[in-house]
Amino acid sequence: MSPNDTQRRGIRRWLPMPVQSLILFGVWLLLNNSLAPGQLLLAALLALAIPLLVAPLQQAQPPVRRHGLALSYTLKVLYDIVVANFQVAIRVLGPSSRLKPAWIAVPLDIEGALPITLLASTISLTPGTVSAELSEDAKWLYVHVLDLDDEQALIAQIKQRYEQPLKEIFGC
Amino acid sequence: MLNTTLQIVAVLLGGALLMNLIRLFRGPDLPDRILALDTLYINSIGLILLFGLYRGSTLYFEAALLVAMLGFVSTAALCKYLLRGDIIE
Amino acid sequence: MHPIVELIICAFLLLGGLFVLLGSWGLLRLPDFYTRLHTPTKATTLGLAGLLIASMIHFSLLEQRLSIHELLITLFLLITAPVSAHMLAKSALHHRVRMQKVTQGQHLAESAREREGPG
Repeated sequence: MSPNDTQRRGIRRWLPMPVQSLILFGVWLLLNNSLAPGQLLLAALLALAIPLLVAPLQQAQPPVRRHGLALSYTLKVLYDIVVANFQVAIRVLGPSSRLKPAWIAVPLDIEGALPITLLASTISLTPGTVSAELSEDAKWLYVHVLDLDDEQALIAQIKQRYEQPLKEIFGC
Repeated sequence: MLNTTLQIVAVLLGGALLMNLIRLFRGPDLPDRILALDTLYINSIGLILLFGLYRGSTLYFEAALLVAMLGFVSTAALCKYLLRGDIIE
Repeated sequence: MHPIVELIICAFLLLGGLFVLLGSWGLLRLPDFYTRLHTPTKATTLGLAGLLIASMIHFSLLEQRLSIHELLITLFLLITAPVSAHMLAKSALHHRVRMQKVTQGQHLAESAREREGPG
């Protein structure tokens, strides 16, 4: 074992969840809405102590491999939420007899609890689609669509626009 | 101008709350009522924020955050109850 | 306060209020539970985000410092909205809440209930 490895293991021991620690730090500061030294100290203490307490409960998840892509994925989803909301608003305001609700089944290529959860949440957040159920073998995601024009096109869009980047982010 | 807008938006939110209440009473199924309750929670967060803006005080932020958390937890608990007939597994 | 900033705040407030109203309007008038589920979870989340942005700008100017703790509520709603929508859809599916006759692919709902693959 190289000295570098030992060092990394030491960091892992005292900082088992670095990303979550950073989030905790930020959330505490936001909650108190201040950057006073006392709050900074308290935030750092909490960010160190809480992960140490909850780390044993953690389940292994695939690590994020491409951070830049994860960021651009988040921005893309936010943009989609805003734009698609306007489109759905127009459809909802029109006569409801013109809506064509449908169930579709999306075949999944990604695996693992976290990537599938992220995909299902993305589908639920972008207007017009709500993910309802996952098949037992985690190969199919059932989605309810508010107004379906072309089933194959929608499935292809979900797979290409959301599933593909997630697959690259987690490298699975 | 801000005060007028706040009053208009408060009326809009009041209308939204009224619609949620009608759905809550009309049902017809349990998930409908839970959905109406969840929307009622989220809309009331908006109303609390508006009141905070109106009074020019950030004190209402904590209340809004608490309502958001309670709303999510109660929706999740009610759905769990519907799905399994039991909240704690 | 500068009139242009005030105008921006008012625009965000109005947009937020309209989207919240739209969400509840959809909840009231759409024909069955599964279609009703679509508007409140998403339009309302976006509407509330509008109100929260207005609140952030307003308090940042009022207190002469960055006041962005409303971001926490936005983030919280953004994380919880799809979860509660998914749980509601799932419980409605398993409770066999009736769906509109025109709904396409109803056999898929059947296999979703069994948690099997389609067909």
